[in-house]
Amino acid sequence: MELILIFLSAALVNNFVLAYFLGICPFIGVSNKLSSAFPMGLATTFVMVLTAIVTWLIYHLILVPYHVEYLEYVSFILVVAALVQFVEMVIKKVSQPLYRALGIFLPLITTNCAILGLALFIVLKEYNFVESLFFGVGAGAGFTLAISIMAGIREELELANVPKPFRGAPITLIVAGLLALAFMGFAGMITV
Amino acid sequence: MDLNILIAIATMGGLGFIFAGALAIADKKLRVEENPLIGQINDVLPGANCGACGKAGCYDFAVNVVDGSMGPNGCPVGGQEVANDIAALLGIEAGTAVKIVARVLCRGGNIEAARKMVEYHGPQSCATMDLVSGGSKQCQYGCMGGGDCVDVCTFNAIHLNENGLPVVIDELCTGCGMCVKACPRGIIELHPADREVFVFCKSHDDPKTSKEVCDVACSGCGICARKSDGGVIMEDGLAVIQWENFDPDKIPFDKCKTSAICFLRDSLAKHTAEQAAIAAEITPEQNN
Repeated sequence: MELILIFLSAALVNNFVLAYFLGICPFIGVSNKLSSAFPMGLATTFVMVLTAIVTWLIYHLILVPYHVEYLEYVSFILVVAALVQFVEMVIKKVSQPLYRALGIFLPLITTNCAILGLALFIVLKEYNFVESLFFGVGAGAGFTLAISIMAGIREELELANVPKPFRGAPITLIVAGLLALAFMGFAGMITV
Repeated sequence: MDLNILIAIATMGGLGFIFAGALAIADKKLRVEENPLIGQINDVLPGANCGACGKAGCYDFAVNVVDGSMGPNGCPVGGQEVANDIAALLGIEAGTAVKIVARVLCRGGNIEAARKMVEYHGPQSCATMDLVSGGSKQCQYGCMGGGDCVDVCTFNAIHLNENGLPVVIDELCTGCGMCVKACPRGIIELHPADREVFVFCKSHDDPKTSKEVCDVACSGCGICARKSDGGVIMEDGLAVIQWENFDPDKIPFDKCKTSAICFLRDSLAKHTAEQAAIAAEITPEQNN
């Protein structure tokens, strides 16, 4: 029960994008088509889960025993960078079109604050290994959900008669704001 | 204290080493074999990723050249030089790349479209003019002379002449299309450099209005369309050239009263002495 709550909390109530405003760059940048937004969400989820596992292990097996917890930022960034490189190789191997569609935003997962945020939240909330795993999956699912909803709306927006000065980035930011407002409805439902 | 530093160094060094090793192994296992030609062609391309070839970037263009779906002469920015290099790499004939350049399809400068609707005193930017009043000229289709196309051109290939009209320098133009996007009126178009005849007007005004507004507007009489065997068609009061059927020999240039359809070489050199005098009168007045 606790685990399910952690998952739902990360995915809906404390959605990384719409509640914490982490990972806005790919959220705006890759959300123009559902066909690239959803895989981007999956790639980010993959990185998040791996990050949750690896950073937990590093924190609890290396940093804590040797009393060098202050290295958490540096070592987590190292982990994220290495994992993104790995994911990039996997995607290039598995799907060339997807690799090209994600373009610059794939290496940019490296600097995606949602990933580092996840690793730091795990330390802050003192999750155990299984809990961090669920937290990682939940955060990834939340990111995928947010970016997919956004992409769906933006595909419809292409057909809408948007006033000229609002076309492109401005209307996207307004939509993002409205989405965040909608997700505010979940606020306080779960406090984990 | 010293021990702490050593532990920190060992931790980070160890982690870095482990990740580097893991990535090196992953790189060996997951390496995607690709045609080495793609990399070589990518190296000779300009590398601007401008998209003028119609592909997402230079790399994408190289991939398409290698699999044969595009010719070596497909890069308008690199021109003949790059086409030759690619052809040499592929071991085939280059063919001639026709350069793509921007063409300004409006001749209504300060002289020809001198009749003003308002006295415009805002920022000298077409985007602003288009929002506010459409500039000072009465024509709602033509060049406003704000020079947005000049500002966006990174190659200095476009400038405003003394008549307030943009002029493209073919030798510097790379056909990147930035000016096309910058023009709020859609006057600038990309064309192969060997096209000589254009309809230098975008006005859909009726004949009476267009005559009042500008000396060189297309009045929509349709005489060029009737003689052209489908090379020119009339769209909402404006002659539009259909390039696949177009034959300049069939166009009765002397019948076009406003010379809206004319040769490119004549398009900017039609100011009579009388018009030049008018221009001289107008210009200082506008500077006030």
